[in-house]
Amino acid sequence: MNFDFSDDQKLLQQTANEYLSEHAPLSVCRAVLESEAAYSETLWKGIAELGWLGTAIPEEYGGAGFGRLELAVLANEIGRSLAPIPFASSAYLACEAILQFGSDAQKRHYLPKLATGEWIGTFAHVEKLGAPGPAAIATKFEGGKLSGTKVPVLDGDVAHFAVVTAKGGAGVVTVLVDLGGDGVERTSVRSVDPSRSMASVRFENAPAQPLGSGDGWAIAQNVLDRAAVLMAFEQLGGAQRAFEITREFCLGRYAFGRPIASFQAIKHRLADLYVEVELARSNAYYGAWALSNESPELNVAACGARASASDAFELAATEMIQLHGGVGYTWEYDCHLFYRRAKLLGLVLGNAHQWREQLIERLPA
Amino acid sequence: MDFNDTPEEAAFRAEVRAWLDANAQRLRADEAAPGMEERGTPGGVKRAQEWQAKKADAGWACMTWPVQYGGRGASRIQQVIWNQEESHYKTPPSIFAIGQGMLGPTIMAHGTDEQKQRYLRPMLRGEEIWCQLFSEPAAGSDLAGLRTTAVRDGDHWVINGQKIWTTGAHYCKWGMVVTRTDPSAPKHKGITYFIVDMKAPGIEIRPIKQISGMSAFNEVFFTDVRVPDSNRIGAVNDGWRGALTTLMNERAAIGGGAGGPDFEDLVRVAKQSDWDGRPAFEDRAVRQRLARFYIRAKGLQYTAYRTQTALSRGATPGPESSIGKLVGAPLRQEMASFAMDLLGPAGALMEGAIVPDDAVWQLSYLGSPGLRIAGGTDEILRNIIAERVLGLPPEIRVDKDVPFKNIPTGSQNK
Repeated sequence: MNFDFSDDQKLLQQTANEYLSEHAPLSVCRAVLESEAAYSETLWKGIAELGWLGTAIPEEYGGAGFGRLELAVLANEIGRSLAPIPFASSAYLACEAILQFGSDAQKRHYLPKLATGEWIGTFAHVEKLGAPGPAAIATKFEGGKLSGTKVPVLDGDVAHFAVVTAKGGAGVVTVLVDLGGDGVERTSVRSVDPSRSMASVRFENAPAQPLGSGDGWAIAQNVLDRAAVLMAFEQLGGAQRAFEITREFCLGRYAFGRPIASFQAIKHRLADLYVEVELARSNAYYGAWALSNESPELNVAACGARASASDAFELAATEMIQLHGGVGYTWEYDCHLFYRRAKLLGLVLGNAHQWREQLIERLPA
Repeated sequence: MDFNDTPEEAAFRAEVRAWLDANAQRLRADEAAPGMEERGTPGGVKRAQEWQAKKADAGWACMTWPVQYGGRGASRIQQVIWNQEESHYKTPPSIFAIGQGMLGPTIMAHGTDEQKQRYLRPMLRGEEIWCQLFSEPAAGSDLAGLRTTAVRDGDHWVINGQKIWTTGAHYCKWGMVVTRTDPSAPKHKGITYFIVDMKAPGIEIRPIKQISGMSAFNEVFFTDVRVPDSNRIGAVNDGWRGALTTLMNERAAIGGGAGGPDFEDLVRVAKQSDWDGRPAFEDRAVRQRLARFYIRAKGLQYTAYRTQTALSRGATPGPESSIGKLVGAPLRQEMASFAMDLLGPAGALMEGAIVPDDAVWQLSYLGSPGLRIAGGTDEILRNIIAERVLGLPPEIRVDKDVPFKNIPTGSQNK
């Protein structure tokens, strides 16, 4: 049994942890939250120089040629630091989509620039309120041109290109669009977590090219499955950090003459939270195994990893505020950074209900 | 990251499998392992003892024990591999776990050389079966509140009192009993630990009827039971140390409870149950519940894989293994309750002819509350995780430095 990361992968995680502790304290997240900036360009350049954005990209396309397990440990650390950068959009969504479904020419065009961080990519899928299904896609792709509106698009206001789902021919297609080109109009939209940026993107006869062939809905689902596993690690990192900060706070906060962490009402809640995070971690590990081995079990593993991690992060962030008491509800304390991020990450790839429904749908008969 | 054995583990597994193939019958895919019902019946005890002796002769018994006591000094992962493989064969359910898993290691850690020589080998071979006499009517989670007394009389001790929840007391040769020997000392300081002959005069064993109707446990009454001082484990009034060794081994041994219906069985119920002309499985709310069960069950399974990986890399399991029981026991109860809900009013029936799988869910509903209490309640497990895994402050113990005889106990209701 070897159901754990390797020593080299753990060393990479440790290195990432040290880098982000120094260059991405929570004040970096807060600075983006409190400003008009869409993301921290300094941090983005920093992690690009370290080669993180090309982690899973083969060397022939300018990447580091590692695998998804390496990307997962980095995602965990990005999550821990609440890094205000478009890492998920570029590295989990756009990059995975092109690696899986891109032609060689598309890979040569996009991957080297994704690897250096010069370009940011994203995935534009959602159009309406609710949980998207194939029928909800109204954006059209005809004669090489794309028209319609996608909202919300994570990092859509800063991304250089997007993978977009659209109606085309008989069904759904996925296409690549240059967001800086003709026929694209994009507007930043406010979200519950201004440390991550969201946009509304309108296409009007924007030039686009198909990504992959066959059922575009299946392509989109696969891209979401892959991103869900990596996002689960980002969510886990956030949950773990929220838990650690809360534990420290409860040990140092005295009431009724003793640390509040000595009250069973608090101890049991922290124990329960620890258990939820560990169960989510185990489900995420299974997802990572399935993703890195291109296993057919990925379609179920991704659902379990995603639903478990979304619930764990939201629980951790909710408990964080509650166990901090009044100060946890102030702008000055960092609890709200976690509370906001947990909800945003829990929604961007679809909510936990949806993933649970898919899990049952996909179970082998 | 993979689920594979190391080459050494694979070789060991092949060796185990070859021996089991030659000496036991492999279970068919649709065949359940022999049930726990036969445990403790005269025939069941005999079959379990014969199988244990066979294993011991071939060197598979208590593999992690040192060679000098009949083990082979095997690693924990090798024991895990043995257990995994043996579970695929039709072998009698073990009745030796309390002795071999908990009391044997306690004797090794705290016993005299004579005690080790006398007791460990027959325990390993299954010739002598052991029980644990710990809980009392007023000392469960608060075990150190025990009131069974032992009073010195020359080179003997005289024991009086009552123990409860004793598994297998009626077929055991030996028991290990914790007693109060100094009521004027604080509660943890006046306890002494003994080995007692379960056939000794003055011991009366009465089965407890559980809410499931079954009787896996007993009450054991002690009336002037004489125990030689040579049966004492550890120093007089220092028995709590030995008891802690036993308890730590117990937590490692008790999981969520093996066997019983699982997630796939629950899905089958959901597909069979008709809800207004359609299978309950098609109902969205049902599917949400199913998915939640699946994710918890799998989360536990993969957590066990992580623990196994740590063992494979040479680590010792720590208190974090409490997660298995804390999550597994309530999960089993909730799944049983939900399966009965799926069946509608008929879910209330225990008629094997009407409800699926010989009323296995109804039995699980009645049996699972016990799993949440035995071997550390949910609440005690949360304390253990909070204090020993997360490093939070220990409970404030108002009875800690008080002479034991001055501590109020049990129900104080008028």
